Amino acid sequence: MYWKIFLFLLMSFVIVAGFCFPIVPVPAHWYQFPLIPGLEEKARIIFFHVPTAWLTVIAFFFSTYFSAKYLRNKDWQDDIKAYASAQIGMVFCILATITGSVWAKFNWGSFWNWDPRETSIFALLLIYGALFALRSALDNEEKRAQLSAVYNLISFITVPFFIFIMPRIMTGLHPGSAGDEGGSGPIVNFKMNGNMRIIFFASLIAFTILYYWIYQISSRTLILIEKNNRKLIEE
Amino acid sequence: MLKSSLALFLKDVYSELRTRYAINALVMFIIVTISVILFSIGNEKISDFLTGGLFWVVIFFSAMSGLSRGFVSEEERGTVMTLQLTAKSSVVFTGKLFFNLILGFSMNILIALLYAVVFDTFRISSLGIFVCIFILGNIGLAVSSTLIAAIISKANSKGTLYPVLSFPILLPLMMILVDLTKSCMGGVILQEVMVEIAILVCYDIIMLAASYLLFEFIWEY
Repeated sequence: MYWKIFLFLLMSFVIVAGFCFPIVPVPAHWYQFPLIPGLEEKARIIFFHVPTAWLTVIAFFFSTYFSAKYLRNKDWQDDIKAYASAQIGMVFCILATITGSVWAKFNWGSFWNWDPRETSIFALLLIYGALFALRSALDNEEKRAQLSAVYNLISFITVPFFIFIMPRIMTGLHPGSAGDEGGSGPIVNFKMNGNMRIIFFASLIAFTILYYWIYQISSRTLILIEKNNRKLIEE
Repeated sequence: MLKSSLALFLKDVYSELRTRYAINALVMFIIVTISVILFSIGNEKISDFLTGGLFWVVIFFSAMSGLSRGFVSEEERGTVMTLQLTAKSSVVFTGKLFFNLILGFSMNILIALLYAVVFDTFRISSLGIFVCIFILGNIGLAVSSTLIAAIISKANSKGTLYPVLSFPILLPLMMILVDLTKSCMGGVILQEVMVEIAILVCYDIIMLAASYLLFEFIWEY
């Protein structure tokens, strides 16, 4: 219960800080962001775009973890947990694509450029979509759980390639791609200004706790619905 | 184990050759796809690299049409239970993989020949490297396709679901292959593409290992 209050305070702080902290050429206080030429006010989107992409990968990772657990134990609750996590991952994948598109429009000129990272998030959208299509094409519950668990594991093999390897070795527009002189980009290299870094990591932590909260509610609801269905069938 | 897989492979070959309607349909599908591309291009001049990309499009859709036959035909004929009783899952997978490899190779060689005849801009400068990536790409295609075919053979709308499930798995492979085809058409020495060929080999090995590990969960019920 206390962590929910903590999440509320943290998230409010992140939202207020992300939108209202002033951007000045030379930051003097801890609550001022530096002026990045070319981005100016629009740099604020980094606090919301990167955490949604981060959440997509985490949600998919946990979906795969519960799928692997299902294949070991054949416990239907693990399959439901994998499904709940995949649902959340899909929502945040769509959000990451939209926020990324908006950022691409004002930074690089067009909504979609087939930059490696953009291609990766699109591939992730396709994987989630295929997972849901597979689930809806199977009627038998055990077969559905089994086969979607196998597909989850297979597609998880391609995900690290897409998210971590490909954008760094191919030339592209995102910072951290092959032709970028700055190295691995502002996040891995910690070249972000200290003030922005605080809010950015606070945002990451807040979004992660938010994922955990949504996942708890979602998985518990789905498990209760399923338990209810099974009791009705048994009666 | 190799003898049992070979026996399974031969059984599939004989049953396909007995009626031949599947092979005829596949050949017609290839001809139809290439014709559709020809007609949509019309009299326009397209760049060489575009023909290279379209080559892999034709290969992908022919694979989606033909490589699911191994498992779907078993479901349709009702022989799945017999197969489950007679052979271990790894034996079944090896047999079906071998069948898909041979089928895939024959289809793709036919596609390559037809393509070279039809499109005069499809000229490969570095033929040796192209043969190398052709073989490696085919192996990767067959391995992934066989596993996904096993998954969809138990689902409802098999035909439509197969490309939907296969595309994300095959996407890294397709991207590397299109890029390498582009390099081959332009002319390249082995040193320059060593990294990408290494990625191809890695993809093949990883997908092969994962398929063997996961096939047991699909097959045994």
